[in-house]
Amino acid sequence: MPLSETVNTGFFFLAPWLVFAPVIGLLINLIFGRRLNEIGVGTVASLASGAAFVVSVLLTWSVAAGGGHAVSVPFAEWIHIGDLQLDWTFRVDSLSTTMMLVVSGVGTLIHIYAIGYMHEDVRFKGDPGRFPRFFVFLNLFIAAMMILVSGDSYMMLFVGWEGVGLCSFLLIGFWYEMDTLARPSWANSNAAKKAFITNRIGDFGFLIAAFIMFWNFRSFQFDEVFAAAEAAAPGVILAITLFMLVGVTGKSAQIPLYVWLPDAMAGPTPVSALIHAATMVTAGVYLIARSAPLYTLAPQAQYIVAMTGAVTALFAATIAVGQYDIKKVLAYSTISQLGFMVAAVGMGAFVAGMFHLITHAFFKALLFLSAGSVILGLERGHHHAGHAHHGKGKKGKRKEERSQDAHADVFDPNDMRNMGGLRNTMPVTFWLYMIGTLALAGLPPFAGFWSKDEILADAFNEGFVAVYWLLTIAAFFTAFYMGRQIWMVFFGEPRHEAAAHAEESPRVITVPLMILAVLSIFGGALNVPGLHTLTEWLEHTIEVHAGEFVWSVALISTGLALVAILLSWLVYGRSPLKSGQPDPLQERLGPVFTAMENKWYVDEGYFAVIINPFKKVSQFLADVIDWRFWHDWFHETVIAGTYNWVSHIALNRYADQRGIDAAANGLAGVTQWLSATMRKVQNGFVRSYALSVLLGVVLIVGYLILK
Amino acid sequence: MVPINYYIILSAILFTIGALGVLIRRNALIIFMSVELMLNAANLAFVAFARAREVATGQAFFDGQIFVFFVIAVAAAEVAVGLALIVEIFKSKRSIDVDQMSSLKG
Repeated sequence: MPLSETVNTGFFFLAPWLVFAPVIGLLINLIFGRRLNEIGVGTVASLASGAAFVVSVLLTWSVAAGGGHAVSVPFAEWIHIGDLQLDWTFRVDSLSTTMMLVVSGVGTLIHIYAIGYMHEDVRFKGDPGRFPRFFVFLNLFIAAMMILVSGDSYMMLFVGWEGVGLCSFLLIGFWYEMDTLARPSWANSNAAKKAFITNRIGDFGFLIAAFIMFWNFRSFQFDEVFAAAEAAAPGVILAITLFMLVGVTGKSAQIPLYVWLPDAMAGPTPVSALIHAATMVTAGVYLIARSAPLYTLAPQAQYIVAMTGAVTALFAATIAVGQYDIKKVLAYSTISQLGFMVAAVGMGAFVAGMFHLITHAFFKALLFLSAGSVILGLERGHHHAGHAHHGKGKKGKRKEERSQDAHADVFDPNDMRNMGGLRNTMPVTFWLYMIGTLALAGLPPFAGFWSKDEILADAFNEGFVAVYWLLTIAAFFTAFYMGRQIWMVFFGEPRHEAAAHAEESPRVITVPLMILAVLSIFGGALNVPGLHTLTEWLEHTIEVHAGEFVWSVALISTGLALVAILLSWLVYGRSPLKSGQPDPLQERLGPVFTAMENKWYVDEGYFAVIINPFKKVSQFLADVIDWRFWHDWFHETVIAGTYNWVSHIALNRYADQRGIDAAANGLAGVTQWLSATMRKVQNGFVRSYALSVLLGVVLIVGYLILK
Repeated sequence: MVPINYYIILSAILFTIGALGVLIRRNALIIFMSVELMLNAANLAFVAFARAREVATGQAFFDGQIFVFFVIAVAAAEVAVGLALIVEIFKSKRSIDVDQMSSLKG
């Protein structure tokens, strides 16, 4: 990988604008956001993100025109201490430009969608002042993500890594004082904290990996690390790669740290689509792909990564089957699909992993945003039905009134049991959702088929038998839970009056979805077998091999997907769910379904094994050790007692008067005498002061000259 | 060109005149003008040295000249504040004799 330091051709000088365009957008909205109207705020934010996209396109073109060589664009010095040379340098190569395109492209579409979504969201939740704040956070996220993917060293990557974590926290807790039902509660801020803390655990692993790296290689810069790693001890590489995997499990929601992602659905839906499906959570996959030379040197680590991904893929897919919240299904599906990607990059199939990352960004963003459209449609329907019933003609009800309403009639617009029959009321959303579902289920010719199949084929060819079967079964479950969702949401009869009165979303919401739908259909063309466009493109940066197309693998996975969809029709489609009726699988599977609905009790397990003992230990430390032992016994008894005893013995009348009193009085006397003498100097005449100054200067200058 | 010593001597003379003015005169305005004289003596030294360095090295640096601009700007600010003070003092004391201003009481 030749690295040309000097840049003469192409648009590489634009690289800093990847970060600064969104930063300028967020500053404008931060300062003037309150004076702009909603359209203005949304336009500024979308243009800022769009500018980043244009820069990404130009950078991609420049890399392609330059023969695919990596280019470093130095921007600023950051930390120079001894061996530590940290600079803010932009690394523009085929891998980072791919990520840039995905992040800014999907990000811009979601910005546009969010103009429409947040308009209604702030209205339903009753605080229009939050509209600009949302877009400030969104632009901040784009900027942080750009720092992450364009960083030239592990530390710059870590800066972005933490930045996106912060944005994730801010946006999950966007409605921090109320939950998804728009009633006062701390559920959302708790979800935000959970995401942040879980990510911190992963970041700790990342940091340890970075420290080991610096300790051994004296550098964080990618190329230097990779060059040094070839001569390093295998144990060192293994430690680095495994600690890095801890970071990946946090950020990319893999076992055992995935628990934050389902709760993160508390954030507004564009956030779920942008951060918790399409871009941020794929940072872990990007990290492993970026560290490909390290992982290639540690086959054991590769195997562990692949197994982690594959087990997560299957585990999360089974949970998704038992969920009722439309966004929770998609959240577990995201975890599962991230498992596919992590398994792929773990097997060394970096292209397949990146390919799935790209197509997943398209169709999962499409699914989430369509789900948001469904939720809004239901909220409109609920509003409408409420009006019809109570005869309230007022358009925006006051906040207190609304929260009272919410208490009286708890209606969850995310709950699929409240939906049904939406294909008639929301036809556009239905078709878009359908495209996303088929892409996710992996049916040809949709994008998801090509990328998922490449992962499966690689697992098959490389001899990862366990991974291959885990992923194939996960793919079966994927098709099943998506079929279940389609039947429950869009077919059958409305199970709630809100669903009956649901209305289609406006164009600002549906048009970005249509673009994503087109990408979800044709995205597979990026790397179809035989052409391998993406493989050739990424070959410039990481060592890859073209995946072979295996007919048997493709037939098995497609066949299983069709069987799963048929099965979901038998269970959910043939006799649609009635209002109040329990899930059909509940009757057939019994406790297994209950366990899936309760996420296999993983959260409860974490509480029992880690969090509650942790609380007990901190209780013990605070109560017994800190308070009773240190405060009551050590400070009160030992120190205070000893002090009292010493003062009784040592400070009798003689020592007190002759020693301490005399010293204090003497000090006062000296001060009095000194001030009486010095007072004469301050006579109040300006000219005598000036003379003093002059004499002082003459003395100092004289000393300096004659020294 | 004029030898640097001449400039230095002139600058020293100006500075001494200024310093003596500050010490000897009692009129606040005259003291003020003397301070300006001292500042400009320093300015003269700055430009003289800057020019000498330019001639010696054959390179233009402009450090000295830039410093002079700073001094001028600061002096202007000082004049603004100082004159305002003098006007206020005159309003309360009907005099600008600095020796009259020996107590902190208004």
